[in-house]
Amino acid sequence: MGKEEQQLKALDKGKYRYIGTRPVRPDGVDKVTGRANFGADLKLADMIHGSVVRSPHAHARIKSINVDKATALPGVKAVVTGADFPMLSPSDRIPGVAPLSFYDLSRNVIARDKVLYDGHAVAAVAATTVAIAAQAAELIEVDYELLPHVMKALDAMKPDAPLLHEDMFTAGVEPKPTTPSNVSKRVAFTLGDVDTGFAAADVVVEHEFNTETVHQGYIEPHACVATITEDGMASIWCSSQGQFMVRAYTARVCGMEVAKIKVVPSEIGGGFGGKTTIYLEPLAVELARRAGRPVKMVMTRDEVFRATGPTSGGHAHCKIGAKKDGTITAASLQLEYEAGAFDGSPVALGCMTGFAPYDLENVSIVGYDVVVNRPKSAAYRAPGAPVAAFAVESTLDVLARKLGMDPIALRENNAAKEGTQAAYGPKFKRIGFEETLTAAKNHPHWSAPLGPDQGRGIASGFWFNIGGNSSASVMINEDGTVIVATGNPDIGGSRASMALMAAEVLGVDIAKIKPQVADTESVPYSDLTGGSRVTFATGKAVIEAAQDAVRDMKERAAKIWEVDVDQVEWRDGKAVAIETDKHQPLSVADIAGMAGKTGGPISGKANINASGAGPGFGTHICDVEVDKETGRVTVIRYTAIQDVGTAIHPSYVEGQLQGGAVQGIGWAINEEYIYDADGRLENSGFLDYRVPVASDVPMIDTVLVEVPNPGHPYGVRGVGEVPIIPPLAAVANAIADATGLRMTDLPISPPRLLAAIDAAK
Amino acid sequence: MAKVVLQTELANSFTDGVTQLEVEADNVRQLIAALDRQYPGMGERLRTRTAVAIDGEIFQEPYLEAIEANSEVYFLPKIEGG
Repeated sequence: MGKEEQQLKALDKGKYRYIGTRPVRPDGVDKVTGRANFGADLKLADMIHGSVVRSPHAHARIKSINVDKATALPGVKAVVTGADFPMLSPSDRIPGVAPLSFYDLSRNVIARDKVLYDGHAVAAVAATTVAIAAQAAELIEVDYELLPHVMKALDAMKPDAPLLHEDMFTAGVEPKPTTPSNVSKRVAFTLGDVDTGFAAADVVVEHEFNTETVHQGYIEPHACVATITEDGMASIWCSSQGQFMVRAYTARVCGMEVAKIKVVPSEIGGGFGGKTTIYLEPLAVELARRAGRPVKMVMTRDEVFRATGPTSGGHAHCKIGAKKDGTITAASLQLEYEAGAFDGSPVALGCMTGFAPYDLENVSIVGYDVVVNRPKSAAYRAPGAPVAAFAVESTLDVLARKLGMDPIALRENNAAKEGTQAAYGPKFKRIGFEETLTAAKNHPHWSAPLGPDQGRGIASGFWFNIGGNSSASVMINEDGTVIVATGNPDIGGSRASMALMAAEVLGVDIAKIKPQVADTESVPYSDLTGGSRVTFATGKAVIEAAQDAVRDMKERAAKIWEVDVDQVEWRDGKAVAIETDKHQPLSVADIAGMAGKTGGPISGKANINASGAGPGFGTHICDVEVDKETGRVTVIRYTAIQDVGTAIHPSYVEGQLQGGAVQGIGWAINEEYIYDADGRLENSGFLDYRVPVASDVPMIDTVLVEVPNPGHPYGVRGVGEVPIIPPLAAVANAIADATGLRMTDLPISPPRLLAAIDAAK
Repeated sequence: MAKVVLQTELANSFTDGVTQLEVEADNVRQLIAALDRQYPGMGERLRTRTAVAIDGEIFQEPYLEAIEANSEVYFLPKIEGG
């Protein structure tokens, strides 16, 4: 079946000229020829190199730091420690910016009184060469008082657990605690009465699940170059998911005004949420200030694993009750997520997403955010959702087997639809979950025969998708070509999508449109690239900016023809005079060529806070083959089905589904942080932290279900988060089908599965 | 009057565990102000740490969004993403 046939077109694509086509991506040539400039590629005159001193301990008090030997080393130009940065207060926030704690962010960038994980930065040095900087880092003497550490959420919740923060009291419980705890907060969501619901069930199943810390695994390490002038004007070139985020966060950590920092975004070699915060930039700025020279800092892979935010591991307890006909009567979920060294795991989002695909009457969900001596967690595609879905979708699989029901039929019986009240509260508008189940049921994959030791699993997932602040400028060049400038780094092909949406409004061929990711002084503020918001929200801004440019061009045409502007229409990229055939239509190039005579340069702009993001749902089918001699699992066939709203550039939408599925497969069967007894990370490299490579997985088939989002002019839904949610359970359910063994702990690595196979003999 | 639903965490902190309230307001700003008058301190918490879903649509940075007399308003954790 071809792609065209696979797309369930709830949308009349015929009304679009450019949307839904597959032009070559604007950044493609630079990337495949190696010309694209990533974070580490910039070289400036007199540039020197920074290196970070990191804690070798999981938990320790810093008694003293002696930098004398490092400072005396020839070639060393600057050294900084935590004492060189402002001490922020716990209430420090920036209005309008993400509600993270700058107090914690600052202490994560560079430790003050304590180190809280292996890899926590304690000092930084800049020298004329990379080698001298590394040598100087080794000369910095840190005197530590070792403290007991705790690595797992359930251990950290015990009353006698070592405390990471003596000022942390659990929020969300009554009476308010009087003693500190590693549990930063408790969240809860309730619908109906679960006790009554479970009492009404014919069948009740429950399981506990454990998952490990996993990293986003982006190929490009964190890297930046910073300069600062004598009058305090800083410039930062770096790889991130948001140049405005880097500016705001660095300004606050360094005690500067945002206007004194310019951030130029480089190309980004993967982020997946891991580059929605900062690590090196404040260190580079302060080293550059002291050295009076530009400073480049590039993390090693070891530093990326040890010191940048992975996503939370955790524990889950899921219980579901149902009638014999498959109607779910009650469901409960308890989640404990490891936030890392500072609070802020995505446990609330796990709570909100786990049961969201289902129309349930009685639900109880409780989550705990727990600090442990691991690096501070950062966002990773659909933060919090994959672990919750692993628990829920695995438990549903057990329920389907117990009821003797087809697992798709069980999901169809309980599927959320328009008007369903989500377990986290609000009622859904138009959504396409049922359509993904129908597509799964009708897909040839679902009915294909399986061989010996092979099994098939299915699982679903939900993500909210978000809007937010976005800006766009559409500039009409003098020859009629067009620049589309936005403030969002392109991590998933968004430049192509921006160009396509602008082309659709302007009626200009996509080849004449050049999308640009602009620096912080060239476009107004935009929220960072994340949460699957850019094609939706920044796309909305581009559409409005293009419409603004069209308004301007119609006015210019009216001036040229000396008619009222309401006598001008915009058709197929041209201004057309209506009610007369006296005037020949004017193209964009015609109007642009007359710009100086009709009022000056032509452009359109839009600055919006976009609302109306449409939720996304996906359903994945996975086939595995299990080697019962070794415990190795091979994914032999995989199909990812998702309601994508409208696929602006279908190839990149398919790529998002494929990439998310592969990352989820890695999470399911390979990836985990492995710590020794002292809390030191043992597998901080890609040889030992095994992400799937192309030869590990089959071609991921995709089905784009298109149920347009009514909150976007072209029906866009975010697509990047959903595809990482179903794979964990889809793989586990396939393994259960192949072996009869319910694996509840991830990763389902060969040793773990082999032990289960042997135990079952 | 709009139906307002609070998360348990917020309710435990400010309303003695009551999660459903009825509030008269024309927009989110007025709604938060009304809640803050009734439960001092809640306004700051709502303004800085929560998103709002009005009749099913989530707003990450709500302020002037209109609220109808029969609207359902849920205060939720802000949604981040990868």
